Amino acid sequence: MTINEKQDEIIEEFDLFDDQLDKTQYIIDLGKKLPPMPEQYLTDENRIMGCQSKVWLGAEIQGDTLHFYGDAEPTAQISKGLISLLIRVLSDEKPENIAQADLYFIDRVGMGSLVTSRRAGGLASMLQRMKEYGREYAAPAQ
Amino acid sequence: MQSVLSPIDIQRVRQDFPILDQLVNGKPLVYLDNAATNQKPVSVLNALAHYYEHDNANIHRGIHTLAERATHDFELTRQKVQSFLNAQHVEEVIFTYGTTDGINLVAQTYGRKFLNEGDEIIISTLEHHSNIVPWQMLCEEKGCVLKVIPIDDNGDLLIDEYEKMLSERTKFVSVVHVSNALGTINPVKTIVDLAHRVGAVVLIDGAQASSHITLDVQALDCDFYVFSAHKLYGPTGMGVLYGKKALLDAMPPYRGGGEMIKEVTFEKTTYNELPYKFEAGTPNIADVIAVRTAIEYMESLGKENMAAYEGELLDYATAQLADVPGLRIVGQAKEKISVVSFVLDGIHHQDTGVILDQMGIAVRTGHHCTQPLMRRLGIAGTTRASFAVYNTKDEIDRLVQGIRRVQTMMA
Repeated sequence: MTINEKQDEIIEEFDLFDDQLDKTQYIIDLGKKLPPMPEQYLTDENRIMGCQSKVWLGAEIQGDTLHFYGDAEPTAQISKGLISLLIRVLSDEKPENIAQADLYFIDRVGMGSLVTSRRAGGLASMLQRMKEYGREYAAPAQ
Repeated sequence: MQSVLSPIDIQRVRQDFPILDQLVNGKPLVYLDNAATNQKPVSVLNALAHYYEHDNANIHRGIHTLAERATHDFELTRQKVQSFLNAQHVEEVIFTYGTTDGINLVAQTYGRKFLNEGDEIIISTLEHHSNIVPWQMLCEEKGCVLKVIPIDDNGDLLIDEYEKMLSERTKFVSVVHVSNALGTINPVKTIVDLAHRVGAVVLIDGAQASSHITLDVQALDCDFYVFSAHKLYGPTGMGVLYGKKALLDAMPPYRGGGEMIKEVTFEKTTYNELPYKFEAGTPNIADVIAVRTAIEYMESLGKENMAAYEGELLDYATAQLADVPGLRIVGQAKEKISVVSFVLDGIHHQDTGVILDQMGIAVRTGHHCTQPLMRRLGIAGTTRASFAVYNTKDEIDRLVQGIRRVQTMMA
């Protein structure tokens, strides 16, 4: 499945809910299912400095794709849900595709302001960091 | 004290604030972020528009009619602020860009001229970053020592500890009148009197107090008092520094430029008199003029009436929130303005804020620019609801329902 196919699939899932609060509930529920981050990635280096909640991101090249690990502090459940969505869309993709991805699904699930603004508790920075990883790992192949 | 503002009065008040009548995320707006900035009555909006439509001109030196009108209105605000503060002299009212600007002005002029290595500056644990950082910058430059008045777990200052800190080394005390994060009203008169006993100069940060508490700088006897207009139903980008005349006279100017000079030659410049010595450049004329209208608006309601009504809202909110299981109110000081900070068990304040916003309820979440205070309280941040005169008990009910919904969603 391509990045855009994954995004379209997520949009379809969220379209089942009319109410924004139900969409948010779905994000929270996804956050609860986010697997805990492997201990070795929970480092200060992997901490994304953001506004309000603590967020971590780790990346590992596996063959020709990039695998992401992400987590947020235990109480930050919306952040965890959004991280799980970002990972679902971008993880295990080729670095160059990650670097070039246009993540239109974020607005469609009603979380645009959370992921792209300062309110995001680091999620805007997290997305930026994922793309940086993409660019970094894509570079040697070019 | 029972408020004389009836529910009908409050409905009328709400009509003065057009911004309140809107849907946010499909729900009627409940604006509970008044400690960050409160909304502006239509009279203030009209004053701004009127100035630009009829009187816009640069002030003080213009010979034409518009300049005279603009100057006249600009200086009327100074007189209005003088009476608002009960300052002895009109020239003790300096217009700034806000509370932060006022504190920096004092730190960079009084502080740099009169404070020296080893001198002690006292602030408190409750301070906003804007009343911490300017003093740290000064300490770094001049080798002064910063001391901090501790608090108890309720958010009250430990005045005994403050008293012990004071000595002949204490040269300056800069303390917040009302805590923005917790709502604590500090015993500023005691703080000033104790500081004066050792000869220290005192600044009071009135950012949060100015719209809730009747001010009298002569009775308080503080040396400086600062506040921002946007927290008293006025425009952003305008503030006031009150200073005792003798101190302001002794201080060097802050910024150089037009207006603050008497005569300029390439060899030497002489400075203007108070208050203009501290008002370099074209000031924020429109917003200054509109501040008079903001103060008049508060006067029309009666500041005591407003305070009594806001006190009722605080009591009601405190009682309702205390009934929510898993909610802990942070800051239970003996005297508070209408601010309630709280934490929810197992729920991040950011998530609380996001979900409340989706229900049309505007609150503030985070550390409220008081990171050292949050550290002292052992928390990363809070959710803060702060009430103004246009808020209602129905809105507090909606907040409580919203919080319960947050808890259900997170369970």
